[in-house]
Amino acid sequence: MSTSPAKEVGTTEPDLLYSEAEADLRAAVRDLLGDRADLQATLAGMEAGDPYDPALWQALAAGMGAAGLLVPEKLGGQGASHREAAVVLEELGRAMAPAPYLTSSVIATETLLALAGQAGPEGAATAELLAETAAGRTVTVLALPLSASPGAEPPTGPAVTAVADARLADVLLVYRPDGLYAVRRADAQLTPQLALDLTRPLATVAIAGGTSGTRLAGTGTARAAVQRGLLTGAGLLASEQLGIAEWCLEETVRYTRERHQFNRPVGSFQALKHRMARLWLEVVNARAAARNAADALATGSDDVALAVSVAQAFCSRAAVHAAEECVQLHAGIGMTWEHPAHLYLKRAKSDELALGTPGRHKELLAALADLPAPR
Amino acid sequence: MTDAHELRSRTREFLAARPPAGTDRADFLKARFDAGLAWVHYPPGLGGLGAPRTLQAVVDAELAAAGAPDNDPRRIMIGLGMAAPTILAYGTEEQKRRFLRPLWTGEEVWCQLFSEPGAGSDLAALGTRAVRDGDDWVVTGQKVWTSSAHIARWAILIARTDPDAPKHRGITYFVCDMTDPGVEVRPLRQITGEAEFNEVFLTGVRIPDAYRIGAVGEGWKVAQTTLMNERVTIGGMRLPREGGMIGLAAATWRERPELRTHELHRRLLDLWVDAEVARLTAERLRQQLAAGQPGPEGSGTKLVFARLNQEISSLELELRGEEGLLYDDWTMRRPEQVDFTGRDIGYRYLRTKGNSIEGGTSEVLLNIVAERVLGLPAEPRTDKDVAWKDLAR
Ligand SMILES: Cc1cc2nc3c(=O)[nH]c(=O)nc-3n(C[C@H](O)[C@H](O)[C@H](O)COP(=O)(O)OP(=O)(O)OC[C@H]3O[C@@H](n4cnc5c(N)ncnc54)[C@H](O)[C@@H]3O)c2cc1C
Repeated sequence: MSTSPAKEVGTTEPDLLYSEAEADLRAAVRDLLGDRADLQATLAGMEAGDPYDPALWQALAAGMGAAGLLVPEKLGGQGASHREAAVVLEELGRAMAPAPYLTSSVIATETLLALAGQAGPEGAATAELLAETAAGRTVTVLALPLSASPGAEPPTGPAVTAVADARLADVLLVYRPDGLYAVRRADAQLTPQLALDLTRPLATVAIAGGTSGTRLAGTGTARAAVQRGLLTGAGLLASEQLGIAEWCLEETVRYTRERHQFNRPVGSFQALKHRMARLWLEVVNARAAARNAADALATGSDDVALAVSVAQAFCSRAAVHAAEECVQLHAGIGMTWEHPAHLYLKRAKSDELALGTPGRHKELLAALADLPAPR
Repeated sequence: MTDAHELRSRTREFLAARPPAGTDRADFLKARFDAGLAWVHYPPGLGGLGAPRTLQAVVDAELAAAGAPDNDPRRIMIGLGMAAPTILAYGTEEQKRRFLRPLWTGEEVWCQLFSEPGAGSDLAALGTRAVRDGDDWVVTGQKVWTSSAHIARWAILIARTDPDAPKHRGITYFVCDMTDPGVEVRPLRQITGEAEFNEVFLTGVRIPDAYRIGAVGEGWKVAQTTLMNERVTIGGMRLPREGGMIGLAAATWRERPELRTHELHRRLLDLWVDAEVARLTAERLRQQLAAGQPGPEGSGTKLVFARLNQEISSLELELRGEEGLLYDDWTMRRPEQVDFTGRDIGYRYLRTKGNSIEGGTSEVLLNIVAERVLGLPAEPRTDKDVAWKDLAR
């Protein structure tokens, strides 16, 4: 963990920087994704109906231990924190690499972690599934719509729609009025849905009557654990959004420096320069917001709900704006299927709806910051 | 090298020797400077100890806890934020010894004689002339928008010493004595009704060559240090949550439920998020500087705060409803500092319009970000290799 000198003098400010270990982790993930997850391959995979590359996932999740970053060593993980997982998500966002990291290694893992330590068969089943998931051997997915927001009661119907990465899951965590259950994918009925974001496939999940799966927790415990999973997912999604915005800005700057019209690089026109400079300001601000959320999650700060909602309200907008500008400033080429800009736009817009929209997070903030709505 | 522990005990010893309650304010500040506790990162003898900049927080915390007087940094912002770092970087030993102590204690206030009627954003086009005469320079010209000139003892000044050179190369940087004959300061009333800035007329002002900062013709390079520090000073304040303009608007919102509307609620929450994120960004910048990894973010904070201050004060004015139609005081005043919190919302709305103009307009700062941070191509230029005297005006 980076210790800025300010920490030594006993401030309670969050640590908003990247530590050396985090920078090393970033370099390793970037190398791996650079070698193995090029955008053209992703496009081809998507068109073949499956964007997911099991070998890449194995290398990231198991090989590098990224799946277990949030899990303490004694529970079978790497004993790192949300700050490191956030760095992995930044890189996944930049590379637009399809991987069930947010769903399995963050949301489901954090849900299971919140249940760890229970006694009896429920505790044993949770511990086993957590260790398998942290080791990257099992992909576990919380069977809720990707749009489920922290701070709201999640749906518990017999069929759940828009579940992200369900098709890649070995185990689904099913939330019912009477508790949380682990169901093997073979025992669930999955209907693929055509997603706006092809890099994060969606499906409807229905559990056949009679197969209840393994019970992991009763009502109250399950609700709190699911809330924790969603809150953590929302907080770390901000880092994925940061990665998306960074890529879009860098690529747009690179392209407009090279593209000539009117005998000048188009990037020398002030109208465009100012738009890119404003995007840069948004990226810089998004980074502070995303780091603050990751740090609050890592330190268990009292401020965590507020930090997460601020990050979601800000970073969702920044990522969508960057992706929209990326398409517009690439113009014709930005509208083509061949150019990756559309992948970023689709992911950015889907991420804006994921885990609570900016509007939903601002409603949460209205309460957290004591700024009540009019009567 | 000094560490936090050592500095804390040093500060406590200093306080024990001069309990703030029983010591005259000016004496206390002078002694603090002499003890190297003014700005600990400055060299010994010049108010510092050559310690890391971050350790200033240790000293400030100890002094604040003891109820020690401060040097009223808002009143002496130009001196502290702009003149001091420039003098430290480019001044002679004699200049540093002469100017830094009274600057820091606030005994001597500084102003900045840069902008001219014909040279604002294009500052390097300035026309105020300085002509060498023996050991002196004779300066003639007009400056404008000069904040604090009416209370200033000294000014940092840039003037043209070679009209035949291209504009950036014929400028020299000076310290100007505001009490000299030939310096005339006239209030310039502004949008808020008060006169915080001035016109300054310089007529045959004699500046000794010993008051030149940096080499003849190198003034533009020296001025870059000043301008860089200006942006950081304006944008780089450390704030608690709701510490800026947003805190005032949020307080009004909480205290006056009858004024709330859904539309204003939506906008208030948007701005609250933006203000919180801007605060975190400034904090992140501070942590980067402290960790010795300065990033380009500094050029961004001023831009963001300028927009936020304007939008937040605009929203608060609307929130006030019929009260928003009123103004607190139009009498022409000559304030010693900008006072956002002591005046009403109408004043804040008007004064924040200056946030996107003072210290470089937002448009010019966006150019700087685009070119220096993002590396986008420069605008085509027509003034580069042309002698200043041949430029269109
Ligand atoms: C409250 C206040 C206090 C100030 N205090 C001081 C002080 O103490 N000392 C001092 O020296 N100066 C001071 N200034 C002056 C300030 O630095 C200048 O006003 C500022 O740099 C802009 O110059 P200008 O007013 O001549 O505008 P201009 O340069 O004439 O600009 C006019 C418009 O053109 C735009 N523009 C200009 N160039 C470009 C470009 N390349 N690209 C795009 N747009 C461009 C500007 O953004 C602006 O919108 C102060 C100003 C204010 C408002």
